[in-house]
Amino acid sequence: MTELTRPIRRLLGRNRDTPAASSEVPASHVAPIPTSEEISISIDIAESDPLMAYLQAASGPVEIGRLELDSPAVRAMAQAGVALVVPLVSQGELIGTLNLGPRLSEQDYSTDDRRLLTTLAAHAAPAIRVAQLVRQQAHEAIERERLDQEMRVATLIQQQFLPRVLPALPEWQIAAYYGPARAVGGDFYDFIEMPGGRIGIAVGDVTDKGVPAALVMARTHSVLRAEASRSDSPGEILARANELLVPEMPARMFVTCLFAILEPPTGKIVLANAGHNLPYIRTDDGVVELRATGMPLGLMAGIVYEETEGLIAPGSNVLLYSDGLVEAHDPANEMFGFPRLRREMTVDDAGSDLLDRLLDTLRRFTGPDWEQEDDITLVTLHRAAGVADDLAGVADRASAAATAPIPAGAAASAGSTSLMAFSIPGEEGNERLAMDRVAAYVAGLGLPVARLERLKTAVSEAAMNAIEYGSQGRPEVLVDIEVETTAESIIVRITDRALSGTVPDDAEAPDIERKLAGEQKPRGWGLFLIKNMVDSMDVTTDGLTQTVTLTMAREEHSNG
Amino acid sequence: MDDRSFGAEISEVPEEVRVRLRGDLNGRADETLANAYSRVAALGPRRISLDFGPVGYINSTGIALVVRLLADARRDGRHVRAIGLSEHYREIFRITRLSDFMEIVEGDAG
Repeated sequence: MTELTRPIRRLLGRNRDTPAASSEVPASHVAPIPTSEEISISIDIAESDPLMAYLQAASGPVEIGRLELDSPAVRAMAQAGVALVVPLVSQGELIGTLNLGPRLSEQDYSTDDRRLLTTLAAHAAPAIRVAQLVRQQAHEAIERERLDQEMRVATLIQQQFLPRVLPALPEWQIAAYYGPARAVGGDFYDFIEMPGGRIGIAVGDVTDKGVPAALVMARTHSVLRAEASRSDSPGEILARANELLVPEMPARMFVTCLFAILEPPTGKIVLANAGHNLPYIRTDDGVVELRATGMPLGLMAGIVYEETEGLIAPGSNVLLYSDGLVEAHDPANEMFGFPRLRREMTVDDAGSDLLDRLLDTLRRFTGPDWEQEDDITLVTLHRAAGVADDLAGVADRASAAATAPIPAGAAASAGSTSLMAFSIPGEEGNERLAMDRVAAYVAGLGLPVARLERLKTAVSEAAMNAIEYGSQGRPEVLVDIEVETTAESIIVRITDRALSGTVPDDAEAPDIERKLAGEQKPRGWGLFLIKNMVDSMDVTTDGLTQTVTLTMAREEHSNG
Repeated sequence: MDDRSFGAEISEVPEEVRVRLRGDLNGRADETLANAYSRVAALGPRRISLDFGPVGYINSTGIALVVRLLADARRDGRHVRAIGLSEHYREIFRITRLSDFMEIVEGDAG
């Protein structure tokens, strides 16, 4: 039935001025080749036009003049002089119509005419269907070629802007990998030489795919390079880049980007983050994240990006990466996830080995028949062991930076391990993004499938409420999401800006019988679903923001 | 192309009309699902099977759209059943009590 979503164009043969000839069947009217006295016109029948359903159900020719349908197509046909419409149905599907003008004799179509037309339609419809399919396949082949060509152009653009040479630094090993998906995304990374021997490192991801994403990536790359030459502050570089990108960003697109400045001799790293994945550092104390939050580039002007500082101790690894790795799926549709990535980071090896090992792990995880869903970008930094360390307490400070408080949302609970925090633009549809990212973070924690699915639904519904009420659907008004785990539970906090006040706790519980009877609106299931999906839901507000906290036990209890 | 975009394909099989749904069933599916029901109604079946097999995501707005379709079908005297729902969405149909008003068939065709 997908063909019916397209307008149907038909050949109409008619000749009102020619004296009608005596003919039982106006053969010239059904012939596909118009004579010099015929004209052909196009009549579009919209999918929603009631004539479409009428013809689908009709058992034979339909007289337009007798139809009492409120139908734009019927009016257009009548105006064009169509008298009789013969539905062409193949395998139960309406594939077209044969439109006839009045008989040349100006008499009504006879029963024999109709019978013959019905027979003709029954024979013609399968042949026309075959012709349609052949034409459709030809169009699809052209479309595939066009898409392939577009992807080749996107890849070319992408590759032009990736560094051809990696920085060679004493005592440091730097490795990078970029693997495009078939529908090339907008991933990028860059190394920029800065004054004082420092290195600027950018890793980013443009929403969308193909040439549009590649062009935005190219522009972002150029803007970051230009701004990095004017400032030595990652937060300032991102803020200035954002000001330049906002006015020219296409609708529904934005760029997540992490910008870090590394001081190789000391291992000091300062970074700012525009909504990108947080980098992992493996220290002697374990794997930690360097946290900084900020809105993705291109959404809204006037954004300030906070900076975080850390120190990379000798022997430590740093990983910067895009979503493509953690959101890869295995054949059973399980996500690679952040916990698995975190575990890989705990292995003590050199930086280049880390990159190879991650790719090996990914290949084993996805299996040989994997079709890569998204671009994958990995950048690893390894500081050689045994380098003289001028600064004491390196690991301690890196850990402290990694556990810096998150500006938005509630503070971490005592005794819990905060896994991650991110923000989504407050625009309809992004609840799916929130759900997928939370699912990626908790993948590998051993949550039973049923509980994972319930958590996903609860997160999606809570994020949808936050977008609808907290952000009023405005993409520049962010929704903050934080995930924590304890030994027993997964806790998700969803904080919105409460632009419409607090989330209305449905005054009236949803009642299916009343909804079916039209006494209650069909909507209004959101909070009901959340409450039924998780073990607890709490709502708190500080006057400016509202936080919905969802708690899900990691194991099913007898009462849960 | 976004492979999560919603679609509905209609086919007539003996004794019923089957609507094979695909993509995300959310607010954006509103018009497509309403049109699909109009087309189904024109065929006049006694029974409609909604095949959720290729649907990967249903949110509360999607549930509301199913409620609306079910209300229309009941008004028109048609029986509705759901096939191909995952275990998770069978649970959601159960707790919303949709399953009290439409037959839930486990597996593909039933």
